Amino acid sequence: MKHLVANIKDSLIVGGVAFLLFGPFLGLKLNDGVKGDLTLATRPVLLAIAVGLTIVARFLLLLWQDHRATRLPAAKLATSVAKSGKYIAPVLLVFAIGLPLVPGIDNSYIDLGVLVMTYVMLGWGLNIVVGLAGLLDLGYVAFYAVGAYSFALLSHYYNLTFWECLPLCGILAACWGIFLGFPVLRLRGDYLAIVTLAFGEIIRLVITNWVSLTGGPNGIYDIPHPTLFGLTFNMAGGPGTVSDFFHIDPDPSQRTTYLYYIILALALLTNWVTLRLRRQPLGRAWEALREDEIACRSLGINLRNTKLTAFAIGAMFGGFAGCFFATRQAFISPDSFTFIESATVLAIVVLGGAGSQLGVALAAMVMIGVPALLQDLQIYRMLIFGIALVTIMVVRPRGFISTRKPSVSLGKVKIITSDMISEGHG
Amino acid sequence: MSDTLLAVTNLTMRFGGLTAVNALSFDAKRGNITAVIGPNGAGKTTVFNCITGFYKPTSGNIAIAHTPGTSLLLDKLPGHAITKKGRVARTFQNIRLFGGMTVLENLLVAQHNELQAATGFGVLAILGLGKYRAAEKAAIERAKYWLDATSLIDRADDPAASLPYGAQRRLEIARAMCTNPVLLCLDEPAAGLNPRESQALNELLLKIRADGCSLLLIEHDMGVVMKISDHIIVLDHGKKIADGTPAEIRSNPTVIAAYLGEGDDDDPDAPIAETLAAAQ
Amino acid sequence: MAYALQQLVNGITLGMIYGLIAVGYTMVYGIIGMINFAHGDVFMVGAFVGIIVLTALTGVTSVPMGILAALLLSAGVCALYGFSIERVAYRPLRGSFRLAPLISAIGMSILLENYVQTSQGALERAIPVTVPGGIQLMNENGFVVQLSWMQIAIVVVTLVTLAIFTYIVTKTPLGRSMRAVEQDAKMAALLGIDTNRTISYTFIIGSALAAVAGVMFLLYYGVIDFYIGFNAGIKAFTAAVLGGIGSLPGAVLGGLLIGLIEAFWSGYATVAYKDVAVYSILAIVLMFMPTGLLGRNDVEKV
Repeated sequence: MKHLVANIKDSLIVGGVAFLLFGPFLGLKLNDGVKGDLTLATRPVLLAIAVGLTIVARFLLLLWQDHRATRLPAAKLATSVAKSGKYIAPVLLVFAIGLPLVPGIDNSYIDLGVLVMTYVMLGWGLNIVVGLAGLLDLGYVAFYAVGAYSFALLSHYYNLTFWECLPLCGILAACWGIFLGFPVLRLRGDYLAIVTLAFGEIIRLVITNWVSLTGGPNGIYDIPHPTLFGLTFNMAGGPGTVSDFFHIDPDPSQRTTYLYYIILALALLTNWVTLRLRRQPLGRAWEALREDEIACRSLGINLRNTKLTAFAIGAMFGGFAGCFFATRQAFISPDSFTFIESATVLAIVVLGGAGSQLGVALAAMVMIGVPALLQDLQIYRMLIFGIALVTIMVVRPRGFISTRKPSVSLGKVKIITSDMISEGHG
Repeated sequence: MSDTLLAVTNLTMRFGGLTAVNALSFDAKRGNITAVIGPNGAGKTTVFNCITGFYKPTSGNIAIAHTPGTSLLLDKLPGHAITKKGRVARTFQNIRLFGGMTVLENLLVAQHNELQAATGFGVLAILGLGKYRAAEKAAIERAKYWLDATSLIDRADDPAASLPYGAQRRLEIARAMCTNPVLLCLDEPAAGLNPRESQALNELLLKIRADGCSLLLIEHDMGVVMKISDHIIVLDHGKKIADGTPAEIRSNPTVIAAYLGEGDDDDPDAPIAETLAAAQ
Repeated sequence: MAYALQQLVNGITLGMIYGLIAVGYTMVYGIIGMINFAHGDVFMVGAFVGIIVLTALTGVTSVPMGILAALLLSAGVCALYGFSIERVAYRPLRGSFRLAPLISAIGMSILLENYVQTSQGALERAIPVTVPGGIQLMNENGFVVQLSWMQIAIVVVTLVTLAIFTYIVTKTPLGRSMRAVEQDAKMAALLGIDTNRTISYTFIIGSALAAVAGVMFLLYYGVIDFYIGFNAGIKAFTAAVLGGIGSLPGAVLGGLLIGLIEAFWSGYATVAYKDVAVYSILAIVLMFMPTGLLGRNDVEKV
């Protein structure tokens, strides 16, 4: 009883704080006045609702905390999730492959699948850098932009097709990964994060301001869509199109489906390469680097090369994804490559559980798929995204799947729990 | 048996105005266990860091002779090449393992350079081609050998961070040995070990010597130093004050003065001084 | 010459604002070792509270009183924001996985931006020039070097704020415990310092300073939107790094330098690339001089 009184008191205090926090923003509203000046309107109901909700939420949180002692320990939960990963992964794969084949599926869902899969791929690419090598990269969008603009410019100036550009985009992005990786080799932790962020912003600003080459803020239009062995997807039909060749009616979902399988294949390639590399000296060196850089050096591991390969390979997949993004949108502008993109991809990696491929895929589905489905809440999408980031971090700081599977074993493989794994200094 | 493996000549290391090591010269003989002792702050770990490439010496040379008559200057090599080309391995005073990786993975990371060479720039191994499979098998065999030697074979698939302290010390030695060194530098390997573990460590170090790897160790535990060292170098204030066999060091008045003389009552080295005095 | 003088005046004014924000970054980094990514957005919140207070008081009080009220109310509200942000998003993560507070901070930054955007609209908000006029410093062939009253006010307010702040940090028991926690949080706790409370105060003070900077920014430029926090935040962080992160005088010095660089770059090179210049400086400083101008050397022991 006394406890309850204390809880109520606590909730009311929180409500008081909420009143002061929300007061100026929810209780008042700036409007443009008639004479070009500003006027203020009041919104007492909105403020009252917000404060009331805060009090209730706080009270429920306190109740839940009182009961938490009896709940399943988080570590146990994590292991069970990781174990069930054996079954979840194949199910997800079958679902991913089968999605466009579901009879009568709406084109918009396939399109959403393309979007989610793009972020899965970006997440897996960044996972190499952040999750395996422990290098905190906040400017990953730079490589995405390099890939997208490489393709857009190559097709614009030299009429190269998507399939010709795809490898080039990967190579160019990898070169940029090395080029930008070189100066930051000695940096660690948050410093590395902030410099990579600066690089990402520099690249975006250069793209924005180099109008003669990139079209500046207006972007580049009419980027060609990918072709299927030379056949194009065209609504009008006609010779040389897919619909004409296969004698089917042209339908927008054909191109979407084709795009979907391209990005699915690219994402699976990323996943496959990562999984193979993890079992190799290079992958192990990355993980060792994340665990202890000085010990790595004492074992004769070339830190420079190890870090640069992580940057380069991560960047390469970012470049592939960027190239795909350009061909999918047919139009790109610097607006698509803001810091928010980097933050989103990093959030996907961390929420998924740095280093876990399955976790990253799940996080991408949750963070991209769910908000996209909430069409009605479009204006609140980023607000919800921000709240979700904070909440998930507070509840599960190490992400959905925080355990690690050893890359090699003498006997039975034992899953390593997160408290053993260090998160890297770089 | 007694040719010089490691020759340190006029080694000086300054940090700003502080001279941590001052014109130090000493030799470590091939097939020997050479101990470096001295009070806290004498510059022992600095010497180690110079030898293993973590510090660039202000002046002086460090040369290693892989075979009699040859000479390779360690101070001219980049840090990571000390292990690879110089074939000098080390452990750390505060254990540095890859805690989230298994014991076996720790030992495979130690063989990174040899394994990486077998992957064909990673590309062939990703595709499952090339001689990587055989190389990995050989690496696991070598790891098993050292796991047996350090009695860690039962824990091979456990994360390194879950091992008890003594086992972590042994694992760090096993990991260093997996780089196939000619000289193993141990920074206080017996620190924090109980007498039984300390005894096991002695046996392990003797086995490593018998396998043909020379040792250089910093140690405060005189029980270990006096029992297994072939040769002892005593440092104080960055300078060598004595050099000789355990018997000679034990009776050297300068050494006793260094340990007993200037120490305060709460000198952390006091127990060592007592051991030294008792040993005399 | 006159042109350069004008850039100098503009640069110092801008630099003062950056310096005030940078102090908040450097304090938090010094004390809990994290980049408080949401700090730039607290600055933005401060500017918005300022514009709301000024709008509410238009015609009610005199202009100086209105500005004073805006400063104090904005500082108060932002102090509460800083306190709440730390309690909600950072404290539960203290001592946990290192990436978690960073992601949480990024989430908090996104949250604040969109909270202000959805509640107050995405449009730019402008106020009329509140204090017109100034001193004419120099007249060279018709080019007038102007030092506006607003610029003088900004410099004065910043200096007064920094003086109060310096007094708190160096002379009060609170300041002493802040410095103790910064040196060694565990030891400070063992000696009976309430580290949680000290960290809360750090956020409160840092946020109040950011609020003052926000109101100054509003008065200086007259136009704000919900996105100003991101750019200003990164520039202020650059300032903190340039000055040497963890060093309070360094933060102010760094802020001044960044303000001057930005003003002179815009004046003599291209305006379009002024942000590129600042970001490049950030990268170059961190690469070649990670401890900044006045920072401490932090060597990892092998």
